[in-house]
Amino acid sequence: MSAGVQRIRAALNDLKEGICSIYVWPMLGWLEIKQRYRRSVLGPFWLTISTGVMIGGMGPLYGRLLDQDTSAYFPYLAVSFVVWMLLANLITDACTAFISAEGFIKQIKLPFTVYILRVVWKNLIIFGHNLLIVIVVLVFFRPSLGWYLLLVPLSVMLISINGIWIGILLGLLCARFRDIPQIIGSLVQIAFFLTPVMWKATMLGQHQWAANFNPLFHFLEIVRAPLMNSDPALVSWLVAIGITVVGFTVALAMFSRFRARIAYWV
Amino acid sequence: MTHIKASDIVVEFPIYGAKNRSIKNTFLYAATGGRLARDSAERVVVRALNGVSFEFGEGDRIGIVGHNGSGKTTLLRVIAGAYEPVGGSIEVSGRVASMLSIDVGMDMEATGYENIFLRAAIMGLKPGKIPPLVDEICEFSELGDYIDMPVRTYSSGMSLRLAFAISTCVSADIILMDEWLSVGDAAFSEKAQKRLDDLIGQAKILILASHNEKLIEKSSNKIMHLDHVDLVKLQAI
Repeated sequence: MSAGVQRIRAALNDLKEGICSIYVWPMLGWLEIKQRYRRSVLGPFWLTISTGVMIGGMGPLYGRLLDQDTSAYFPYLAVSFVVWMLLANLITDACTAFISAEGFIKQIKLPFTVYILRVVWKNLIIFGHNLLIVIVVLVFFRPSLGWYLLLVPLSVMLISINGIWIGILLGLLCARFRDIPQIIGSLVQIAFFLTPVMWKATMLGQHQWAANFNPLFHFLEIVRAPLMNSDPALVSWLVAIGITVVGFTVALAMFSRFRARIAYWV
Repeated sequence: MTHIKASDIVVEFPIYGAKNRSIKNTFLYAATGGRLARDSAERVVVRALNGVSFEFGEGDRIGIVGHNGSGKTTLLRVIAGAYEPVGGSIEVSGRVASMLSIDVGMDMEATGYENIFLRAAIMGLKPGKIPPLVDEICEFSELGDYIDMPVRTYSSGMSLRLAFAISTCVSADIILMDEWLSVGDAAFSEKAQKRLDDLIGQAKILILASHNEKLIEKSSNKIMHLDHVDLVKLQAI
């Protein structure tokens, strides 16, 4: 068996064993949240509150600035912002997935995928807390909801799956090159304004096509569209699935090649 | 069959200084060619193990001796599976209990009780197998009511006792130790010693790195001399 095949097999095995360690990564993910809010009265609900305050503050202001009807804009912003937080946090946390697990990696043998899943799981918990805001806003503003709503769990799942390859890819790169977390951090920050989070793609008028070149727009759209009871955004689904396939291929190639080096890099 | 077989393992640590670790230099290197390429080729690498080969089987009690920096800890970590060697191969079959750092994964803010579950899960125990061990761990570590207090309130001796009790609660085929574990005051130390002896007695292979020659002679039947990253000799005693 050639060394290449062996490496790919080892990488796939790591992925499989990591996913199967269902007693380890959910616990580690939870622990990170608990650690942050230990000894605070409200605990992780501070997540809900801080996001709520942000949306509550931005909603009326940007509604006015962008000349939008508040009752339509407010739910739009709430959904967009909460989903954006999930996407942005998955990307920025992916950078430190391996670096922050240095203490584990250098001492014991756990599948590397465990550290990735820990990040994904942690962000899903945060998303769950933020989702409360979306529910409150939707109940309060009562936009019409339809059967498309059933697509939401699927789209969140697709985003989480993408979190795995992003974690592997960025986790590896960032462990080796310590400038990359900074670069990603500022890119994500600027992407917040360049992606239709606070504004709508339709506001671009005849340049609306430009939004389609933004991959983050599509991931945002697959969750947002069903919640806003608009078309299920077929193009966005296709793009998102395409990115998943390509992303996993690239990430697995990198993972096979460099998995054994991670312990030396962190 | 519990055994460990290493052939020609080489471990090298790349040292990334401020210079090498940045992407800037990699880009500059791509753009400028020659000058920095030499820089890159001369990357500082510390060779921690240089072509070490050995084979251990059931009943082996190996003491690793060598100077500081001779690669003892690195070798243990390679056997534990944390580092994959750059060259050569290593084959380990059997359940490994690594006593190299017994407090990996402990959370200072969590209670002692929560930490038992945390550490046990990281050691690979299924949740169903943990509760039967909890009472025994609590009793052995003599923490009493402190078990429900956050670990940050413990004295260093207490948290070490807890970590020790958890790490030694399940038997293993292969035990790795970097210096002999000793915990607590005289009375507890004796108790810990007995527990460790029992655990080691059940294990099929023990690998112990130490500077203490008497201890090595007492506890091992083979001595491995590591001298400046090379395995010099393996002698039976």
